[in-house]
Amino acid sequence: MATEVLVPLAGSIWEILVEVGDTVEEDDELLVIEALKMENLVYAPCDGTVSEIRVKKGDTVEDDDVLMLIKE
Amino acid sequence: MVFFDNMGLMALTPGMVFMWLIGLTLVYLAITKQYEPLLLLPIGFGIVITNLPLTYLMEPGEGLIWRFYHYGIEWEIIPPLIFLGLGALTDFGSLLAQPRLIFLGAAAQVGVYVTFFIAYTMGFSLQEAATIGIIGGADGPTTIFLASKLAPQLLGACAVAAYSYMALVPMIMPPIMKLLTTDTERKIRMKKGRKVSSREKLFFPLIAAMVIILLVPASAPLIAMFMLGNLFRESKVVERLNEVSQNALMNIVTIFLGLSVGATMNADVFLRKEVIFIFFLGLFAFMISTASGILLAKFMNLFTQNKINPLVGAAGVSAVPMAARVVQKVGAEADKKNYLLMFAMGPNIAGVIGTVIAAGIFISILK
Repeated sequence: MATEVLVPLAGSIWEILVEVGDTVEEDDELLVIEALKMENLVYAPCDGTVSEIRVKKGDTVEDDDVLMLIKE
Repeated sequence: MVFFDNMGLMALTPGMVFMWLIGLTLVYLAITKQYEPLLLLPIGFGIVITNLPLTYLMEPGEGLIWRFYHYGIEWEIIPPLIFLGLGALTDFGSLLAQPRLIFLGAAAQVGVYVTFFIAYTMGFSLQEAATIGIIGGADGPTTIFLASKLAPQLLGACAVAAYSYMALVPMIMPPIMKLLTTDTERKIRMKKGRKVSSREKLFFPLIAAMVIILLVPASAPLIAMFMLGNLFRESKVVERLNEVSQNALMNIVTIFLGLSVGATMNADVFLRKEVIFIFFLGLFAFMISTASGILLAKFMNLFTQNKINPLVGAAGVSAVPMAARVVQKVGAEADKKNYLLMFAMGPNIAGVIGTVIAAGIFISILK
């Protein structure tokens, strides 16, 4: 069962801190979204393994877009 | 001997030297701490230059910087042009998604009016008191605009106070925000607003300009230019005008704004005890505005299911987008997965408009 990581606030992808296959724990830092010249961290919603990353650095993202999938 | 008599050194006064220190301090803070460098750097330099004797730079009718000041600020050209750029930079989406947050931007004007009455009872004239109060709105161009109309003698001091407090937003606001909210309130996660269509965003500047100017005609120079800039942005057909308004034009007029504001601050005008009061009253206004936004948000929560995180109310002081960033930071300290930034932008932008309206009301009553 994969959990979707959603965009918490619109902006652009500043940096991706994990790779597909990485094991993450809940609240680990996944990526950074830049909005209004401010870097905002996005955290893992659950424990698991990163199974898919749907964005790349520089992408513009809207509220509730799917950033990546985490397999529990 | 004529050469010696014409040398600036001979006409130097201790007050001028003291003003150099103030000017150089602003330059220093702009460079090392990056406190509002785009403004405080030219302002600081302007202060130093205007306090070099016998230059006649601010001599009415002939001085170079006087011309910038006279045609740019006294003629009310520069602040409205800055507003054109701000309008082009502003995305009203976060406000339109949650229109109720407009009230928080309005609440933050309480500091303006409270300070206006206090300054008046302290002996400032009505016009001066209004100019000091508007510092609480934390909006530089509006403060300069109002000062040039009502109390030009206070323009330099009020502008420097406004820009200094905007630079100090990350230090002034958090203690007030923490004092007035509980940990549970800071953790409130807000529900996302509705999607805003591009058609709404297109109609908004047109309708807002007409409604606001019909109600408060004296706010027209700033509001008209702001909404025109926003129309450039949202119409999507004049990308060149949009781009030049938010970048090149705004940067150019900022140079003249900073330099002329700094140059109004000669030692005779600035080194008076009233100026100290202006700085204290300005800070007070700013703090009251921060607090009143928070308190209104808490009050609104009494009547609504869809709770507002009261921190967002603090962003009602203009200072775009620094105030919104501070809200995001303080919110994330309580709950790192809480993203308040975009919610805070709503009251933040409403605060800009609110401050312009407050200034317009002052002008129509006191001018």
